[in-house]
Amino acid sequence: MKSFDYVRASGIADAQDTAGRIIAGGTNLIDLMKHQIETPPKLVDVTRLEMTEIEQSAHSLRIGALVTNSDLAAHDTVRRDYPVLSRALLAGASGQLRNKATTGGNLLQRTRCPYFYDTTQPCNKRAPGSGCPAKEGINRILAVLGTSPNCIATHPSDMAVAMRALDARVEIESPNRGTEMLTLDEMYVLPGDDPSKETVLEAGDLITAVHLPQPPKGKQTYRKVRDRSSYAFALVSVAGIVDVEDGKITEAALAFGGLAPRPWRDGAVEDVLVGEAPSDALFDKAADVLLQDAQGFGENDFKIPLARRTLKAVLAELTGVTQ
Amino acid sequence: MQITLTVNGAAREVDIDPRTTLLDVMRHHLDLTGSKKGCDHGQCGACTMLVNGRRINGCLSLAVMHDGDEITTIEGLGDPGNLSPLQAAFVRNDGYQCGYCTPGQIMSAKGMYDEFNKGWPSHVSDDLTAEPNFSTAEIKERMSGNLCRCSAYPGICKAIEESAEEEGLTTRKAAE
Repeated sequence: MKSFDYVRASGIADAQDTAGRIIAGGTNLIDLMKHQIETPPKLVDVTRLEMTEIEQSAHSLRIGALVTNSDLAAHDTVRRDYPVLSRALLAGASGQLRNKATTGGNLLQRTRCPYFYDTTQPCNKRAPGSGCPAKEGINRILAVLGTSPNCIATHPSDMAVAMRALDARVEIESPNRGTEMLTLDEMYVLPGDDPSKETVLEAGDLITAVHLPQPPKGKQTYRKVRDRSSYAFALVSVAGIVDVEDGKITEAALAFGGLAPRPWRDGAVEDVLVGEAPSDALFDKAADVLLQDAQGFGENDFKIPLARRTLKAVLAELTGVTQ
Repeated sequence: MQITLTVNGAAREVDIDPRTTLLDVMRHHLDLTGSKKGCDHGQCGACTMLVNGRRINGCLSLAVMHDGDEITTIEGLGDPGNLSPLQAAFVRNDGYQCGYCTPGQIMSAKGMYDEFNKGWPSHVSDDLTAEPNFSTAEIKERMSGNLCRCSAYPGICKAIEESAEEEGLTTRKAAE
């Protein structure tokens, strides 16, 4: 690991240090520093800041950025009213990692693309302009939606997929822009020409909380398909929230993990479902829309039919249709 | 940097480079070599220790960030000749072959009992809001952050099941 200056923030202003890299749980950043994928000259430790509470109000749940993944998954309100979020958190990482990993840090974790992690290889995300060997290389875990010619990395978070389905908003304290509330689609940017830029956050910006709106109507579930039954990243995951009334789907929110550079949500998929009676044929139509632009790169071609089957299974579970 | 940790009940001052992990403080600065360095990247769990009562990976923790914290390592549980119930159960059940993952397995199980007592659900819990069952399926899921390359998992599970009550597990046992 390269040496760095260590600063412990005692207030938000300390954390808004444009020369510093923020560290909280450290479960991803310390690993990246050991590999020298990240070599920050200055680390700003925000773990002593007052961002550890989950506050409930009439219209929202405000989750402090330092709430650990364990505490969030086990929180009574989350288990009762936002089970898709508990399920997503519990499907990720290990007990030890969830005890350290934080809400803010989980959102900002980096991809696990093998070329990003191998500093002997080109990677446009790690070394802009060096190329992307993943497209013709080892790409089993990589993206089929939202890619660019420069990068096919996936976002690895499970938590963020559930938050995307729940219409979460991220509270950011920026030294330049003040307090901002961004949806995940507003915060994450697609790789485009510059895969090294993953969010709209600038140096000095600090995630202080995540806000969930009132619990949605209907049933919620999170289904994750992976290479082993525990402690592995998603090949495909689906966070689903669907309400059925009088035999018709009245509301649907669907977000996908393992498929794209950010938690993937496509309103057109939900538009196919809402107002219709649930059926296997309808679910196929929704999958057609989700996957119409999907592009595999060889090893990860299987994700396209797997995403269809996983989406259909989730919709069947949430609507009571037998497949 | 000068920091103070309470390690297995005793205050310990160490002067360290900020790069030093909790695992390396234990092994290199305090001669507590029970915690093991397996992968050093948070994938194997051999470095598992308790920080303020919770299990974490010592290898992914910068010690400077834990100034003032209470750390429990395998050395804090028992001694040769005076083993903790869980340690004795690992011996009784052959919960290891080479033994390298064992301190991490035992510290992880200690943390896991506490998580059961707090009623935390897991990925395999059918009902998120119910008290979790102390079943083999739950133990396997909750211990998935600890790898054993000798594959002594049946003995590890048996040891964890057998010593649960002696180690303070209060949650109801699964009717199996």
